[in-house]
Amino acid sequence: MTDYLVVLAVTVTGILLVVAAAGARRLLAPHDPQPRKLTTYESGVDPVGSGWGQGAVRYFVYALLYVVFAVDVVYLFPWALVLRTDLGAASLAEMGIFLGVILVGLGHVWRRGLLRWV
Amino acid sequence: MELPLTLEIILKAVVVLAAFLTLPLAIGQTEHKVMAHMQGRLGPMEAGPHGIAQLVADGIKFVQKEDVTPAAADRWVFRLAPAVALIPYLIALAVIPWSAAWVAADVPASLLFVLAVTSVGIFGTLMAGWGSGNKYSLVGGMRAGAQLVSYELPMVLAAASVAMAAGTLSLTGIAQAWSWWWLVWQLPGALVFLVAAVAELQRVPFDSPLADSEVVFGPYTEYTGLRFAFFLLAEYAGIVVMSLLFTVLFLGGWAGPWSDTLGPVWTLLKATLVAILILWLRIAWPRVREDQLQRLAWMVLVPLALVQLALTGVGVVVWG
Repeated sequence: MTDYLVVLAVTVTGILLVVAAAGARRLLAPHDPQPRKLTTYESGVDPVGSGWGQGAVRYFVYALLYVVFAVDVVYLFPWALVLRTDLGAASLAEMGIFLGVILVGLGHVWRRGLLRWV
Repeated sequence: MELPLTLEIILKAVVVLAAFLTLPLAIGQTEHKVMAHMQGRLGPMEAGPHGIAQLVADGIKFVQKEDVTPAAADRWVFRLAPAVALIPYLIALAVIPWSAAWVAADVPASLLFVLAVTSVGIFGTLMAGWGSGNKYSLVGGMRAGAQLVSYELPMVLAAASVAMAAGTLSLTGIAQAWSWWWLVWQLPGALVFLVAAVAELQRVPFDSPLADSEVVFGPYTEYTGLRFAFFLLAEYAGIVVMSLLFTVLFLGGWAGPWSDTLGPVWTLLKATLVAILILWLRIAWPRVREDQLQRLAWMVLVPLALVQLALTGVGVVVWG
């Protein structure tokens, strides 16, 4: 339990660091906002339209793929701990089948060309 | 000697903060010097002997710069992003052991804790990319998101392999279970972890989210002054955390001659070598293109990490 208190203390220290930095900036840095200065940087020309546009849908595919595998990893960590018990050999075979099914999915995604960027 | 609990906790937090504020600067200075000498230059020479205080001078400069929040930005997302990027690495540093005794917070499942906490840092980059209201930042932020998500996976798989080999999720336990033949047994996992760590840090050759010739400086384009410095500090703190983590997971942490007394020195030495390797990549290699980067993650690293998992699983079951 003490260890988590240390983690909490370190987190608070981090927040204090950020607050202290904000204070130092307030004391030391100039503050002179002007409309020209506050415009969005677009390589020197006036910004065109809004900075928020639509993203490409391919990012969504990677996000979905990630969710699938990340959930699978959640099962891996508890498995890592029971591998040395008498469940070991049986759980190894089961995990092999489980990962195999996911690998078939990854192979399918690859075959359908979703991992190609363009 | 027994210290009162409150004092002990505060002392530990202060030590972690001190390490967090000095080690990244040491890495940064090493990068200046190593890169300069590899390129036949001297690097910074003016601030202090051999430019030793260059980054301190940089810090003083950053504090005095005006902090500009663009009018088009999402104000609070933009302003909080550097803190979100920075603080997770500080927390991660607190749970990584330097030796069996030298660990600020020895939480039970520290491996899982470190992986979870460092993933939070990703939000800082995403917040910066979205909150800036800038097209370069948005493209950079999207690239960063896709890259961090794709490389998180092989990294966690490689870490799971080590956890299986050691039979524990505690970093201290993993380093104690380590023996030299893991260098061979866990080699594919180690390579996967190192590549994925460099990609997580968005360092060359995986720096396409920040590619200066394509998207200016990606998510950090609009940042100035101390907030910008915080992102840089987060990057170097990330190198420190990843090097230490690699050392503890794959190089046995404090294992070495006289490790009872010299343990932390061994950890520091190994982690420094790993960090220099990460710096070296920046000097030696060109940037990987965005599509090549994704293909490497999904077609090479993930399968390789799964092979490593099978190798570890069979190894543990057969040789117990």
